[in-house]
Amino acid sequence: MTAPLLRAEGLSLGYGREPIVHDVDLDVAPGRFTVLVGANASGKSTLLRGLARLLPPLGGTVTLGGRPLSALPTREVARTIGVLPQNPVAPEGIVVADLVARGRYPHQRIFRGRSSDDDAVVAGALAATGTASLADRRVDELSGGQRQRVWIAMALAQQPRILLLDEPTSALDVAHQVEVLDVLRAEAARGTTVVLVIHDLTLAARYAEELVVLAEGRIVARGEPGDVLTAETVERAFGVEARVLTDPDTGRPVILPGALAGVISTA
Amino acid sequence: MSAAVAPPATPAPVGAAEALGARGAVAAIIAAARTRDRMRAVAVAGILVAVIGALSIAALALGAVALAPGEVVGALLESAEGGARFIVLQLRLPRLLLALLVGAALGLSGALLQAVVRNPLASPDVVGVTGGASAAAVLAIAAGATGAAVSGAALLGAAIAVAVVLLASGRGVAGARFIVVGIAVAFLAQGVLGYALSRASMQDAASAYYWLVGSVGSPSTSDLGVLGAVVAVGISFAVLARCPLGAQQLGDDTARSLGAHPVGIRVAAAAVSTVLAAAAVSVAGPLAFVAFVAGPIARRLRGAGPAALTAALVGAVLVLASDLVAQHLMPGALQPPAGLVTGAIGAPLLLWLLIRRSRLEAIA
Repeated sequence: MTAPLLRAEGLSLGYGREPIVHDVDLDVAPGRFTVLVGANASGKSTLLRGLARLLPPLGGTVTLGGRPLSALPTREVARTIGVLPQNPVAPEGIVVADLVARGRYPHQRIFRGRSSDDDAVVAGALAATGTASLADRRVDELSGGQRQRVWIAMALAQQPRILLLDEPTSALDVAHQVEVLDVLRAEAARGTTVVLVIHDLTLAARYAEELVVLAEGRIVARGEPGDVLTAETVERAFGVEARVLTDPDTGRPVILPGALAGVISTA
Repeated sequence: MSAAVAPPATPAPVGAAEALGARGAVAAIIAAARTRDRMRAVAVAGILVAVIGALSIAALALGAVALAPGEVVGALLESAEGGARFIVLQLRLPRLLLALLVGAALGLSGALLQAVVRNPLASPDVVGVTGGASAAAVLAIAAGATGAAVSGAALLGAAIAVAVVLLASGRGVAGARFIVVGIAVAFLAQGVLGYALSRASMQDAASAYYWLVGSVGSPSTSDLGVLGAVVAVGISFAVLARCPLGAQQLGDDTARSLGAHPVGIRVAAAAVSTVLAAAAVSVAGPLAFVAFVAGPIARRLRGAGPAALTAALVGAVLVLASDLVAQHLMPGALQPPAGLVTGAIGAPLLLWLLIRRSRLEAIA
């Protein structure tokens, strides 16, 4: 069973009248691990919010399995697309199992609260993220890495076919980044479409099956990391001269940033 | 597919055994945590109801004619003599019921608004809702209105205040902006109130002033009926909307991606909170501090969550206890209104709970 296709067509997004993302066409590869990279203000988080229907399009459409997202009932979308926003809020004093169980919301009805089926799904989500031993701990007592995995567990409890994550690793040290990315790669291996925004190009190259590079609100390159991450693309997207090496173990590109490109330093 | 290009395994941070087996054991831990949470809910509710019961007997027994607890129970169970029965049912029971209903309404009102704005400062008395209700009610009293007209004015004033606060804070609802706008509206309401008092006749101003301190002294049957209906609506809302309220707690983005309608829930909860606050204020005046403090106390007792129903019970305890203290424990011949006592009881209680918890955490 493959995930339904999430597709942006001529998508423009922004917070005022001025678009930040311009006229983007993107088919998110079903069941694969896609990483969006780009400089600050390149529109990568904005694009992710647009795909997650957290931001209504200024122009164009986002379709899910061929139907426009805006025309689908929000609960139905929530049973297909799980989202981890950049700054989720954990209510004071909430315990891990309770937070993760709130991911069952789109599957619940008013008069029928939680059931034992929900418990089994929540247990599965905790196990998949390695947070089962934290089930009765308070979220505000956890470390950053643990907390991030708990939030991913909450999104997994939605049983989504597509998982969108906005910088899930940005506040973590390198070991915890790898921990979180391993959890997500395991989800992708199970057939879930995973799309995330991250800053670290080398980590992006190491995990991505599909890499999408944004600059100034447009896609400038996409494909396998080895093909996409050239010195030329990095300079164009990030304004920095870089040396691109190849990891002898994985064959993936490793990016060593150099001097700022001349274009930027005079701009 | 991806296996061919997979990077070397990292030192397994995710316990492999944990991921593979023991899912049933995890489900058992979750079920146990939920059972513990339910037991705590039952225990907290049980204790609060017991406290309400004890205070109620005291409220019915104490007064110019002191009755024994047995006489009070007898009067309630229709087996006592005429005198005690009259005192309990006609004189003291209405006041007791009003204290309970006003407390429940204010507690629920505060907890709902604090929950959907995700800020403990967002209680109706801080952000100008009770202020708007008071100002409108006093304008009505100064204009010679009584009864239902005053209640209607209070509801209108509260609705205007909450609409202004919600609209003017716009996208910044869940943040400092809501509170800042709310405090501005509260000051505005205070100004209108001062104007209304200065324009009223001495007699109207005196009765308005007494009303403004807040008292549960003299309810009519229709007051009790209206307030009871409003509290019932508030409780139904808190129960029926518990799942959307729970999703809304996680932030607007997360709530929306879970398929909830965070703005809709916020407006609905703010409307229910406003009606509760306005109904309580129009009958008993703006009893200080109850709506502000009941929610945090309830959340401390319950451990987490909006705890709206617990807040209703806490509010009832606070108002009932305050009225008892005001009636019987204050020195001097003058009985001060309960509104003077609520802050004096509620504030130390909240401080004690805050200090006790941080001390527990320091030890742990």
